[in-house]
Amino acid sequence: MPETTNPPLDALDRRIVVATQAGLPLVPDPYGAVAREAGCSRGEVMERMRRMLSNGVIRRIGAVPNHYTLGFRGNGMSVWDVADDRVEHYGRRIGELEFVSHAYRRPRHLPEWPYNLFAMVHGRDRTEVMEKVARIAAMLGEDDRGHEVLFSTRILKKTGLRIGSG
Amino acid sequence: MDAIDRAIVNRLQEGFPIAAHPYREAAEALGISEEELIRRLNRMLERKQLSRFGPMYHAERLGGGLSLCAMSIPADDFERVAEQVNAFPEVAHNYQRDHRLNMWFVLATETPERIPRVLEEIERITGYQVYDMPKEQEFFVGLKFEV
Repeated sequence: MPETTNPPLDALDRRIVVATQAGLPLVPDPYGAVAREAGCSRGEVMERMRRMLSNGVIRRIGAVPNHYTLGFRGNGMSVWDVADDRVEHYGRRIGELEFVSHAYRRPRHLPEWPYNLFAMVHGRDRTEVMEKVARIAAMLGEDDRGHEVLFSTRILKKTGLRIGSG
Repeated sequence: MDAIDRAIVNRLQEGFPIAAHPYREAAEALGISEEELIRRLNRMLERKQLSRFGPMYHAERLGGGLSLCAMSIPADDFERVAEQVNAFPEVAHNYQRDHRLNMWFVLATETPERIPRVLEEIERITGYQVYDMPKEQEFFVGLKFEV
């Protein structure tokens, strides 16, 4: 299902994104600092950011806790095979669980990969993650046609998502 | 982290004002000074208790392409392929996972049209199939994370 598309960002929007994607300046007037970098007024930055927030280009502005440092050392990518006409119902219910950070529908690749629902599950360790996965399985009951949990064993690369200034 | 740090993290996960003096506004709601809020945010970022502070952008709505991709790589060829895949600037994150599909990476491109081209290029260079698993529907992104 395609997502709704917004009007494309213009050059000033992009300069504001580039100036803020690593973080908001930690100074008393952060939007003024962004404005100086983007070459516009503070009012324009605030107006553009309000617009991006209301049309969903910005999901939210705020603090992102580092769950690993804060003691949530376990995180497992749980993947589920759910009937296509049930995946939205369960995707929403799983997304509401407080220990799930992301829930998406993705395509199957049969026969190797039968899973169409992905949910990232967080816990203090693997045991706690598996307990939480068991709670999801109980919620799905017979609609759980199969699931697995993939734990990461190594970070091979982590640069984050960045758009260029070009 | 003390009680004030925890209150900051819990409160500021929910949002931050767009205003001329947003730290002052947020600090008042927390019962601390603007200066203290900025100092504590700096410290939590330095200590990596926060992974970031600011706007979270929705990658696809910025106009770019985004996909999750998986590969199944034999153990004795894994390091070579990891190096080749990581060399693509479009590969943002790459994780080894304990599964037959043992390499999982996020591909982020300037335009959606670039995704299939980069995937073909990765297949050509590595000699292994790439399973493309783009998001078809998003049910939830975020964290309801009480500290």
